Amino acid sequence: MAGKFDLNDDSVVVIVGSGAGGGTLGTELALKGINTVILEAGGRYEMEDFVNDEWDSFTQLAWTDMRTTSGSWRVAKDFANLPAWIVKAVGGSTVHWAGASLRFQEHEFKTKTVYGDVKGANLLDWPLTLAELEPYYAKAESRMGVTRTNGIAGLPGSNNYKVFEAGAKKLGYTEVHTGRMAINSAPRDGRGSCQQIGFCFQGCKSGAKWSTLIAEIPKGEDTGKLEVRSNSHVVKIEHDAKGKVTGVVYADKAGNLQKQKARVVAVAGNSIETPRLLLNSASSLFPDGLANSSGQVGRNYMRHMTASVYGIFDRPVHMYRGTTMAGVISDEAKHNPARGFVGGYEFETLSLGLPFMAAFLNPGAWGRSFTSAIDAYENTAGMWIVGEDMPQESNRVTLHATEKDKLGMPVANVHFDDHPNDIAMRNHAWKQGQAVYDAIGATRTMPTPPYPSTHNLGTSRMSEKPKDGVVNKFGQTHDIPNLFISDGSQFTTGAAENPTLTIVTLALRQADTIADMMAKKTI
Amino acid sequence: MTDSRFGDGVSRRSFVKAASAAALVLTAKAVINPIEAWGMETKGLAPETVQALIQAARDIYPHDRVPDRFYAVAIKDYDVKAATDPKIKTLIEGGIAELNSAAKQAHGTDYVGVGWEEERVALLRKIEGTPFFKTLRGGLVTGLYNQKEVWPLFGYEGESASKGGYIKRGFDDITWI
Ligand SMILES: Cc1cc2nc3c(=O)[nH]c(=O)nc-3n(C[C@H](O)[C@H](O)[C@H](O)COP(=O)(O)OP(=O)(O)OC[C@H]3O[C@@H](n4cnc5c(N)ncnc54)[C@H](O)[C@@H]3O)c2cc1C
Ligand code: SF4
Repeated sequence: MAGKFDLNDDSVVVIVGSGAGGGTLGTELALKGINTVILEAGGRYEMEDFVNDEWDSFTQLAWTDMRTTSGSWRVAKDFANLPAWIVKAVGGSTVHWAGASLRFQEHEFKTKTVYGDVKGANLLDWPLTLAELEPYYAKAESRMGVTRTNGIAGLPGSNNYKVFEAGAKKLGYTEVHTGRMAINSAPRDGRGSCQQIGFCFQGCKSGAKWSTLIAEIPKGEDTGKLEVRSNSHVVKIEHDAKGKVTGVVYADKAGNLQKQKARVVAVAGNSIETPRLLLNSASSLFPDGLANSSGQVGRNYMRHMTASVYGIFDRPVHMYRGTTMAGVISDEAKHNPARGFVGGYEFETLSLGLPFMAAFLNPGAWGRSFTSAIDAYENTAGMWIVGEDMPQESNRVTLHATEKDKLGMPVANVHFDDHPNDIAMRNHAWKQGQAVYDAIGATRTMPTPPYPSTHNLGTSRMSEKPKDGVVNKFGQTHDIPNLFISDGSQFTTGAAENPTLTIVTLALRQADTIADMMAKKTI
Repeated sequence: MTDSRFGDGVSRRSFVKAASAAALVLTAKAVINPIEAWGMETKGLAPETVQALIQAARDIYPHDRVPDRFYAVAIKDYDVKAATDPKIKTLIEGGIAELNSAAKQAHGTDYVGVGWEEERVALLRKIEGTPFFKTLRGGLVTGLYNQKEVWPLFGYEGESASKGGYIKRGFDDITWI
C-alpha cells in the first residue's frame, strides 16, 4: 500500500520518474511546501549497495525492460534491444552519470536562426534564451556543486587526463581543463570529496558525485512534503471529461494496479519512456496520445552525435584509475560551418573497465586486431565525443505493434538514422580525436562507434507555437494545462553539451512556475 | 624485473603454465589439461566438442598470455546447458560438426588438428553469420572478459572502493607525459 500520501489525495503533485528532472523538481516543490509524490519504476539502492563491477552494476541499476530498435544506426545492429543505457532506480540516470556539467551556448537556443535551413533537419528555435536561463543555471550549479563555478576548485588531473591534455596542447587546442564536474573536489553540502575510485558510472560509493538519489531527494523527504514511492511503474495518465489530468495508474511492487490522484502531473521518465507513457495514455478524447495535437510526441528523438577515441601508447596509462570523465576540450564546440557541418562538439576524457571495453570497443569484432587492442588495455587512454545532432521528425519513439512488457503495455521502439550533418561531424571528431593522441606518440588509435544512448532528448519538444511542439517554455504541455514534461524530452534541439545541467536548470525553473500557477489557482 | 606493460598480472604468469587446446587429453567424460593442471568433467557435450569449443574460443579472441582454463570457463556454460537443453546441444554439436567437416575438406583433419591459427580463423570467417558462431562469440564477450581472475592479466585492477579508491594509489602517477 501507498505510504505517506493517500491515493485519493487529489491535492498532490505527482511526478513520474526520480532522475535528473523528476528528482530535482520533486525536491524543489517540497522545499517550497508543496505536497509531492514521486513514482519511480525502479528500486531504491543506496551508496553502500553500489558495486564496483561494471556488469553487476548494470544488472543492478540499468533499465533492461524490453525495448526494440529500427533504423540505420549501428546500435540497432549491435544492441537491438538496448537502444539506451539508462537507469531504472531511484535517482534515475544520475546514479550512472559521470557528472560533466556544461552550460549551453547562446546560439544553441536558436539553431533555426543561426544554422538556417538544414535539409532533413527539423530545426526550431527554443522559446527561451540563454539570458532567461542564466539565473537558473547559476542556481543549478550551486545546488550540484559544479567545479569551476561558485569558487569551487577543479578536480585534480588523472593519468587519463594528463595524456589527453598533453595531446590537446600539442595539437594547439587551448580550452582544456579537468571539466566542470558535479563531483566534489572538496567536501561540500554534507558530502565528501572525490576519492578517485574510478567507478563514477556505477553509482559513486563515496558520495562525492551529485545525484538526485543522494543530494536532492533526501532533502525533499526531510521536509515531510515529499514521498518517493519506488517500484511504482506508471502505465497510464488519466484525465476528466474536460481534458484535465486527474491522476495516474501505476503497478506497485507486487504488480497490482493502483490509482494515485493528482492536481498536477509532471512526467520525467527520460526521453524514451516519457513519450511512451503519453502515447500509451491515449483515450477517446485524445486518440493520438496525451498532449499530442501537434503530432510531435515521440518525434525529433536525439541522442547526441557521439563516438569515442582510444589511443594506445608504448607505456602504461591506467586510465581506469580515478574519475571517469573529468577532462574536457571545448575548442571544437563552437559553430563553425567551415568544418563542413553545423554545430559543434566537445571531447571529454572517458575510461571503461576491461569488461565494458571488450563489449564496446568495436561491437561484433573478433580476431587479433581486436584482441591486440585489449592486450594493450593498460597502455590505453580514452576520450568520448559529444556533439549536437540534428533533430529529425522521422527519428522517433513509437509504440511497438505487438511487443508488450510484463504489465501488458506496448513497448517502445526507437528508430534512428544519422543525419548527414551528424556523420560529417563524427568523422571530423574522430580525426581530431585521433590527432590528439597521435600528437604525443600513440602507437595506435581507434575510432570507436557510439554506445547505446546515454543522452536521450527531444521527444516532447518545447515550442513557441502549439503546432510545432508539445510543451511551452515552462515545460507545460500546450494541450493540457496541468500536465508538465520535466526531463530532457523537452529539449527543442540538443546542443553540444551534456544535457543534465540543463535538465536540472529547467526543473528548478519549472518548480517556480508550478508553485506560482498553483498559488494563482491557474492549475 | 617485471615488464610493466603487462601489469601486476605478470607475476601470475610465472606459475600459470599454458598449453594449446590441441594438447588437451580427452577421456570418455572429461577434458584434461595436464600442463595447466585442470580437468573439466563434461556433462552435456562430447569431450571432443568441448575441446574444439575451447580452441574456437581462443581463435575468436586470441590472447597469447591467457591460459586455456579461462577459455574453458568461458564456454563451460554451453556444456552445462546442453545436458538439459536439447536446443543448445544441437546448436553447439552441430556447429562444431560443421567446422570439423569444413576442416576435413580443406585440410584433411578436424578443426583442432588444423595447425595455423590463420587457417582456423578462415574456417570461422565462413560461418560468421551462423547462429552458432554468433552465440559463441556474443557469449565470450562476458564469458571471457568478465572473469575477475583474468583481469590482472590485462592490467585491470577492478574494484577499488574498499581500498580507498586511487587517490593515494596512483590515479595521477604517470611519469612519461
Ligand atoms: C553512463 C552514463 C553517463 C552519463 N554521464 C553524463 C554526464 O557526464 N553529464 C551529463 O550531463 N549527463 C550524463 N548522462 C546523462 C544523464 O544521466 C541524463 O541526461 C539524465 O539523468 C536524464 O534525466 P531524466 O530526468 O530525463 O531521466 P533519468 O535520470 O533517466 O530518470 C528517469 C527515471 O524515470 C523512471 N521511469 C521511467 N518511466 C517510468 C514510469 N513509467 N513510471 C515510473 N518511473 C519511470 C526511470 O526508472 C528513471 O529512474 C549520463 C548517462 C549515463 C547512463
Ligand atoms: S572517482 Fe570520485 S566521483 Fe567517481 S566514483 Fe570515485 S569518488 Fe565518486
